[in-house]
Amino acid sequence: MIISVASGKGGTGKTLVATSLALSLKDGHKVMVQDCDVEEPNDHIILKPVITDREPVFNLVPRVDEEKCTYCGTCARVCAFNAIAVINEHVLVFPQMCHGCGACSYLCPEKVITEIPKEIGVVERGEADGISFVQGVLTIGEAMAPPVIRKVKEYSNNDYTIIRDVSPGTSCPVVESIKGSDFCLLVTEPTPFGLNDLILAVETVKELGIPCGIVINRAGVGDSKVADYCVKEGIPLLLNIPLSTDIASLYSRGIPLVEGMPQWRDSFIKLEKQIKEIVSERNSNPQR
Amino acid sequence: MKIAISSAGKTLDAQVDPRFGRCAYFIVVDTETMQFEAVDNANAAAGGGAGIATAQMIAGKGVEAVLSGNCGPNAYEVLSKADIKVISGVSGVIKDVVENYRNGKYEASNKPNVAGHFGQGLK
Repeated sequence: MIISVASGKGGTGKTLVATSLALSLKDGHKVMVQDCDVEEPNDHIILKPVITDREPVFNLVPRVDEEKCTYCGTCARVCAFNAIAVINEHVLVFPQMCHGCGACSYLCPEKVITEIPKEIGVVERGEADGISFVQGVLTIGEAMAPPVIRKVKEYSNNDYTIIRDVSPGTSCPVVESIKGSDFCLLVTEPTPFGLNDLILAVETVKELGIPCGIVINRAGVGDSKVADYCVKEGIPLLLNIPLSTDIASLYSRGIPLVEGMPQWRDSFIKLEKQIKEIVSERNSNPQR
Repeated sequence: MKIAISSAGKTLDAQVDPRFGRCAYFIVVDTETMQFEAVDNANAAAGGGAGIATAQMIAGKGVEAVLSGNCGPNAYEVLSKADIKVISGVSGVIKDVVENYRNGKYEASNKPNVAGHFGQGLK
């Protein structure tokens, strides 16, 4: 089973939930953590894995043979990402803008564009005290997160309960990370900002046809509108984590919640059971 | 000689748009005759690469200089390959800017004056 942990709004506690879930489950399950927040992976701060394997990730970017180029401008016109400009007798390629779709080389009438691999990041694998650990790291200055995320996802394996930490927002990296999950946990905070971005995240997850449930972190601040929204939309509210100085203090020192406050372990084990029930019920009623 | 000025409106009385790649319009004006054309900037809401696409569009207008509030690195690179002078830090009313240009009050920039994505945060 693959459980993605997303949020919409940043800083709501995805990493807290993902790492607590992984550490609570590891005694009864084979657990793998996939940190797909490749622009700023941080599960490693809490889990402290030993990294044993590093694999570079490449994006295919165009190289134009200007000896043979007629400067017809087709490549610049067909590029949906404005990664190529043809000016006078110059072809300018902006590799950071390139999504690696290959349209330029496919449609070049002179066939003078080849796609060359450009390293954009790395996937690191290792182990953290019995948890199999995979994280993607996008090179600073690079903009294309999805190829790195896809490479992390290649290590998915049915033998494991996979906890996949997702970046904030609802853009391409989030969609790529959530795609293929059995369930998406959405971590939010009970504030207007939390709710606004939660609604966007719920719409995204629904579009992908993936069941979701809500975790409210820092419960006690703000108002009750997130809870009201869950009731109205029929989305299960699975866990409340209160605003607590003790939790914040542990977290700020990189100490896992379920180690510093082991009483939380049962809450996360229960959380996984609830998720499993929702997923299996849904699988037996696929029309829903 | 024609120049292009990023503009918030379609007339010579409009204000300069501080953004290059994501400006609303360009006023392309002949500095001798003051005849001008307002060009819609179709790249104002581009997902990415607005500066690159806008620079390429302006290069097709046969101007000798582009005047704007700001110009980022990618747009600058395209404009300089097109041998178009870039004058950044420009503000005020379009017709005053043209007058200042005619009187040689501006100096061309030899580098971009803002980092990439600068214009995304401006409205």
